[in-house]
Amino acid sequence: MAREKKRIELEDVTVRFAGDSGDGMQLSGTLFSDTAALAGNDLFTFPDYPAEIRAPHNTIAGVSGFQVHLGKKQIFTSGDLADVLVAFNPAALKSNIKWTKLGGTIIVDADAFDEKAIEKAGYTSNPLKDKSLSDYNLIKAPIGTFTKESVAGLEIDIKSIGKSRNMFALGMLYFLFNRELKATEEYIEKKFKKSPVIVEANKRVLRAGFNYADTIEAISSTYLVPPAEMKKGKYRNITGNVATAWGFLAASERSGRELYLGSYPITPATEILQELTHYKEFSAKAFQAEDEIAGICSAIGASYTGSLAITTTSGPGLSLKSEAMGLAVMTELPIVIVDVQRSGPSTGVPTKSEQSDLLQALFGRNGECPLIVLAASTPANCFEYAYLACKLAMEHMTPVILLTDGYIANGAELWRIPKVSELPEIKPPLAKANDSNYKPYLRDEVKLNRQWALPGTEGLRHRVGGLEKENIYGNVCQEPMNHQLMCELRAEKVNRVANYIPDQQIIGEESGDLLVVSWGGTYGQVLTAVKEMQKQGKKVSLAHFNYISPLPKNTGQVLSKFKKIVVCELNLGQFIMYLRMMYPEYKYEQYNKIQGLPFMVSELTEKFKQLLEGK
Amino acid sequence: MSDISETKTDLTKQDFVSDQMVKWCAGCGAHSILSSLENVFPKIGVKKEDYVVVSGIGCSSRFPYYMNTYGIHGIHGRAAAIATGVKISNPKLSVWVATGDGDSMAIGGNHFIHILRRNLDIKIIMFNNKIYGLTKGQYSPTTPFGSITKSSPQGTIEEPFNPGELVIGSQGTFFARAIDNNPKLMTELMFAAAKHKGTALIEVLENCVIFNDKVHAVVSPKENKEDVQLILKHGEPMIFGKNRDKGLILKGTKLVVATLGQNGCTEKDILVHDENEPDPGIHLMLARIAPPYYPIALGVIRAAKYPTYEDLLLQQISNAKETSKYKCVDDLLNSGNTFEI
Repeated sequence: MAREKKRIELEDVTVRFAGDSGDGMQLSGTLFSDTAALAGNDLFTFPDYPAEIRAPHNTIAGVSGFQVHLGKKQIFTSGDLADVLVAFNPAALKSNIKWTKLGGTIIVDADAFDEKAIEKAGYTSNPLKDKSLSDYNLIKAPIGTFTKESVAGLEIDIKSIGKSRNMFALGMLYFLFNRELKATEEYIEKKFKKSPVIVEANKRVLRAGFNYADTIEAISSTYLVPPAEMKKGKYRNITGNVATAWGFLAASERSGRELYLGSYPITPATEILQELTHYKEFSAKAFQAEDEIAGICSAIGASYTGSLAITTTSGPGLSLKSEAMGLAVMTELPIVIVDVQRSGPSTGVPTKSEQSDLLQALFGRNGECPLIVLAASTPANCFEYAYLACKLAMEHMTPVILLTDGYIANGAELWRIPKVSELPEIKPPLAKANDSNYKPYLRDEVKLNRQWALPGTEGLRHRVGGLEKENIYGNVCQEPMNHQLMCELRAEKVNRVANYIPDQQIIGEESGDLLVVSWGGTYGQVLTAVKEMQKQGKKVSLAHFNYISPLPKNTGQVLSKFKKIVVCELNLGQFIMYLRMMYPEYKYEQYNKIQGLPFMVSELTEKFKQLLEGK
Repeated sequence: MSDISETKTDLTKQDFVSDQMVKWCAGCGAHSILSSLENVFPKIGVKKEDYVVVSGIGCSSRFPYYMNTYGIHGIHGRAAAIATGVKISNPKLSVWVATGDGDSMAIGGNHFIHILRRNLDIKIIMFNNKIYGLTKGQYSPTTPFGSITKSSPQGTIEEPFNPGELVIGSQGTFFARAIDNNPKLMTELMFAAAKHKGTALIEVLENCVIFNDKVHAVVSPKENKEDVQLILKHGEPMIFGKNRDKGLILKGTKLVVATLGQNGCTEKDILVHDENEPDPGIHLMLARIAPPYYPIALGVIRAAKYPTYEDLLLQQISNAKETSKYKCVDDLLNSGNTFEI
């Protein structure tokens, strides 16, 4: 019984759920995470979907996964390797064993390991019977059988019984981690309100799993992950894509400009479009365009008309939007372009994450075509940077590219819910009706932005367009000196944004042996690795960049105080190329990975050690 | 033309003439389109600050600079997409697109078919000179088969689009055809387009004096053009000809030209034009006919009544506002599963 089993306290733990696409792995993972959050743990989750929708049953291609990393300490990543793997079929085991720690616990549904399924997964012998898993604590639970037994007597069809297998595994995990069943039971009651028999069945299966784990010898000890010390407040779990969408809604409310989104579905950015279609009560207009180009062009039209205009996409879509971004630069209209980066080039590995669109975002347009580039770095701070992107776009009258990536877009973490009224003010430079001094390209002396004059406003009729504009008046103008002046003004306008963004922060000492430089969605892994080094007494600090163009004004100063600088990115070296261009006086080392996977903390610390040892 | 009336305003043509020099070639058909629209805008009943003129790239697309309204000169082919954003963002605006045969049906073909399908209340004037003018004389998607141009020295080997067919095939609710040397008809059609609720496309057969001179001469001869032009009027029989003695009848599944008084043909046998008919069958046939066996059809060919995109969107917005549990974004941020720590 539970009391007889040893309880071991853990700092943090990583659990991975894997099964067929229809096995309910995402739901199990989410419910497990919610229960952990209620118990006060900090956490980070990451789903691992296959690119195919429903690949054939029991195949590797059809395996869907979900990883959650939770702890009593602050959690910044979804965890390197899993301490516990739940595998619902042989294919799930085969494809996920490499993400499981040696010595870790593996819970399998032993009933799913029939000959056919084993063969389909590509095993030549039954992994539950040969010695291949002897380095792990293997729990062979007959989940299918016990699920059926626990609903005996209920009038319920076979399909529904099969679907509730995930509750059995969840019950086992709740026992293993000393969790309450209450939150999950409440979820079941709410979700299946219309079908009392399904509620009863799922609750029974959940409880059966819990009890089963209590009785078996394979579980000799249970684990306790105490609550984390977190700032008091109200929290929720949020993915990067939802946080991005909500950041736009908040910016719309705060600025008083209606939200317009023009987008075309593309993995992994689609959720932002889908999310924003739900909020018509806030007058948010989400338009599913016929293609990527129409998405951004309609946003430019909406921006001219006075909306807070957004377009969202991923790498290939960013390529398609290039010409229109030039139009937004030339017309000096505010739009936000979100690029949820994925593995490229071309279609690449669409469901996997990467940071390889940076140079495209900075330079991928014809002509001298400067704009602001920002990068969010965690699922939750996508909210903050989406909001800031809107603020900078409108206040400086320029397009802004916001880079996120598949990892933080689909990943989720706990987020302390802010109050919209406490977010920074947004003051769009709207021109006043019948202002006799209004000129389309007359600029604010400090920021160099032009004014935003909206159709429908009396006395401000004017034309904008992609042909070069005459300074101040905005008429078409092909004079040589005017073109040079306008190119310089557009560049200087973006440069001056540096006066309105915070200084680059250093995590750790301001000088030392090694400065780790990173940007965007790698924050969690790089921070965790740097903190580990610092704990070991190493003189390592981190400068993680969110403001890419322009760079914070103190960037050079930050780089100047370390013996070595290493730039870590999920590409072949793009930010390092940019830093070498902007600050050629420093020597940079690099660490790159381009496998569609996030960094592992362990590989980063290994690299940092080598650099410190002078290798 | 049905239900077209001018609205009295204090505005005049001068309110819409811009201070920019018009740089089209002398004799270009675009001048007459510009002048017609400048005549129409004061009389639609829209405030001058509520007009937005949008264009893409090409000779036609310099249009916004020559109109004293709000305007966007966009990028090649994208006027329809830009205009869509303008209209959705502020449905109260009167949005007009100036485009050409290449801009709308080659590089912008995708946006062209989709704006029609969505039926946004946007007016599109397509200048069809069947050639690329601004790039100096390459063939366009409406250039007739076999034409010799700068990029087809041995003659084109592609079938052209007929814009009317494309409009109707794209679920277009309004299609009219004008010709640049008949500004009176063009003005009427611009009114009709303005009064139509939905995407209205006017194809203007436009001459390009430099690269495709007399391209429309067959349908606009110096003499007896009444014999090759059928000017459609809603509710009236499809009669044409200098002597008003020819008309269209339906024989089997085909339109046929009949002469009144011959073979017992009387006015009662002639088809009566119904621009509002939802079934596009006859409209499609009218869009297709051309000399030598038929006249070309000018006027409003189709004006079917369907709901507009923006009206349906505004309805969804007002429904959401009535029923939503969220009064502000804070409500949303605090909804669902939250945890007090």
